Amino acid sequence: MSFYLKKLLSLVITLFLISIVTFGVFQILPGDPAAIILGPDADPLQLEALRQSMNQDAPLLTRYTDWLGNALTGDLGESFRFHMPVSDLLLSRIPVTTSLALITLIFTLLIGLPLGLFIASHKGPLGKVISALSQLGIAIPSFWMGILLVLLFAVTLGLLPSSGYVAFADNPIGWLKSLLLPGLSIALGTCAVLIRYLKTAMLDELPKQYVQTARGKGLSEKMVVRKHIFKNALIPTVTILGMLVIDILGGSIITENVFNIPGLGNLIITAINSRDLPLIQALVLYLGTIVVVFNFIVDMLYSVIDPRIRVKGDN
Amino acid sequence: MRKLFALMMSCIIVFSVGCSSNAGGDQAAPNGTANEPVSGGIVRTTMPSEPDNLDPYLSAASDTDAVMNNVFEGLMRFDENGEILPQLATSYTISDDSLTYTFDIRTDVTFHNGDPMTIEDVLYSYKTLAGLNGMEILSSKFKLVKAIEKVDEDTLTFTLSEPSSAFLSTLVEPVVPADYMQQSSSPVGTGPFTFKSYVPGQKIVLDRNDTYYDTNRMAKIDQIEFRIMTDENSILMALKSGDLDIAQVLSMSVPALEKDFNITSFPQNMVQIFALNLDKKPFDDVRVRQAINYAIDKDLIIEGVVGGYGTKLYTNASPVMSFWYNDLSQNEPYPYNVEKAKALLAEAGYKDGFETTIKVPSNYQTHVDTAQVLADMLSKVGITLNIELIEWGQWLETVYTGGNYDTTLVGLSGKLEPHEVFLRYESTYPKNFYHLRSPEYDAILEQAITETDAPKRAALYKQAQQFLADEAVAVYIMDPHLILASKPNLKGYTPYPAPYFDATKLFYVGE
Repeated sequence: MSFYLKKLLSLVITLFLISIVTFGVFQILPGDPAAIILGPDADPLQLEALRQSMNQDAPLLTRYTDWLGNALTGDLGESFRFHMPVSDLLLSRIPVTTSLALITLIFTLLIGLPLGLFIASHKGPLGKVISALSQLGIAIPSFWMGILLVLLFAVTLGLLPSSGYVAFADNPIGWLKSLLLPGLSIALGTCAVLIRYLKTAMLDELPKQYVQTARGKGLSEKMVVRKHIFKNALIPTVTILGMLVIDILGGSIITENVFNIPGLGNLIITAINSRDLPLIQALVLYLGTIVVVFNFIVDMLYSVIDPRIRVKGDN
Repeated sequence: MRKLFALMMSCIIVFSVGCSSNAGGDQAAPNGTANEPVSGGIVRTTMPSEPDNLDPYLSAASDTDAVMNNVFEGLMRFDENGEILPQLATSYTISDDSLTYTFDIRTDVTFHNGDPMTIEDVLYSYKTLAGLNGMEILSSKFKLVKAIEKVDEDTLTFTLSEPSSAFLSTLVEPVVPADYMQQSSSPVGTGPFTFKSYVPGQKIVLDRNDTYYDTNRMAKIDQIEFRIMTDENSILMALKSGDLDIAQVLSMSVPALEKDFNITSFPQNMVQIFALNLDKKPFDDVRVRQAINYAIDKDLIIEGVVGGYGTKLYTNASPVMSFWYNDLSQNEPYPYNVEKAKALLAEAGYKDGFETTIKVPSNYQTHVDTAQVLADMLSKVGITLNIELIEWGQWLETVYTGGNYDTTLVGLSGKLEPHEVFLRYESTYPKNFYHLRSPEYDAILEQAITETDAPKRAALYKQAQQFLADEAVAVYIMDPHLILASKPNLKGYTPYPAPYFDATKLFYVGE
């Protein structure tokens, strides 16, 4: 129990610290949000009115404590840029990015796991080719991959839309179609990372004695790989998967921009460019929470995968 | 396990391909006989930034205006030549002292929410803008309005504190329903399109107003969608895959599109300015500024940076505004001449040139590219131009508002109202970042704003343009063209000298 409490406490402290840092950084950053939002043609009176609505004149500490107080009661304030509650904005964007993360994760696992297993146990030329391709997958930036995929699937074949997002509730098929290309363009990079990690982890296990024992018992090579090596190679794999998921859930800024998907990455750009402090604060808190929570989940998974970790923890 | 993966994988592929019948290249246009106009259809285009506010009184961004001018209308409107015409007014008269304007309003207009537009709505709208409703004034253009009064059910008068030749154009500001407070979330106007939806980060959708009163401006298409897209590659791909019907593109995308799309380009009444801070040495010396003007080959910039899609300028005005544009092309003030530039620099005491910095907003590729060419051109006369890229928000604060820079590069959109353009150089103007302080120039503007005779007034603004050219206040490079790619069966796009994507004139023809 105290373990969970400790984790919770560290989450709260982390969030508190990052909120202070974000707030501080924004005070140093040049740029007047009202002037950016209204542009160079703004009427001075409009500018003044907008500035007042942002409550930017109050002293620094007051503004921070006001924000903190409201945030603790669940009120994240109103976005400067969008003139709507920050929580509504987040609630409308999180499902989009989560959908994209889900599709990406499925692609990553579907492609990454079998290929990783394959190249770890097959030393033939095919394994080498896949290994080389995975190197390429890491090297190619996802937005470029996205453009190539759009060229093939949207422009040449006309099978999938080139950009935009359809909500699941509006049209589940449209939803899937709008996410296939962006999901794949991110997944080709992440699955390449997964393949290489899995391969290395499995090769690390190969010379270990339990593998010899398993072989000695007369198990088929297939069984040895699946039941023994793979299980032990899962720990580093889960770690890297956890990091990949955190990365995707934080909104992939460039891919969302290329595919015009209104997710968090897209929102982060707009929020930073327009110095939308309430929105930035909320986004940073969300990202912080994701990181801490997923690291926690990964920790939990360790003990599921390897009961020895659980035993150590109990002692 | 591998079999399971393979199965799931093939499921996804089959599923996605199987459901692709209406993907991507779906036809937005209605069918019809070849080249005959057909009514209806959906037009999908882009807008380059998130709207700043859907409430017209709280919005100032030109991208937002370009979209929402389809929804809102004022007593007056502007046409494609920038002329100011009555819209919600039927006629108007101006008193002899130019202080009282009397308007008759249309009585057949209904708002998009179904309520008829009455004189009370008109009074409410302009009183709100002018701060005569007991609230704060919303627009400084209305500062000189002393009173707005109802005469009868379809007549009202505006009384000004001093004559202003710019007043009529301020009534382009829209009329909104009295006491309606939800404009920011669901805007209601009187225009040829009604607001349907805004999805932040995605799009604004407008529907045709089927009960629109003005048959001349009745829309032909059913719906227009403005997708918020910033990435040039995405726009290019969306056009090519049929997800967009018409879109503004950069010159570099033209070769990829010209086979399948109609490419048209228009000057957009924007002035790309290489501004020199007159408060800083050596730019306080007119000879240095003239030397820099001589040293810059604008034709080469237009050719090299925007692929020829630009109109060369000589002063702070684009030929689009034909009525008051001072055409200096026959007698070019500073034709490209490196020798003359060197001579002028030597005369000013900078025989060996000098070093200076240009602050360029990094989000505008055209300006970034132009700055590189400028640096190269200036190096030929001994001037070292260091390029400093800064973020747009920072540019607005330090350069535009703070006036803290040596040189900078920016495109300022032109206005229908010449006063709003030339005001930017007035000594007392807070955002006069050029730091021109000339009593002579101020006097010309002062005279122009009180002159009510249109030709005389135009002559004064031409004089102002001549002044800016003679004094070489900045280097006026070009009006970068708006380049549009549209599907061959979509016709009717009409450019305006102010931000307005007029969706009423668009129509499809049968293929």
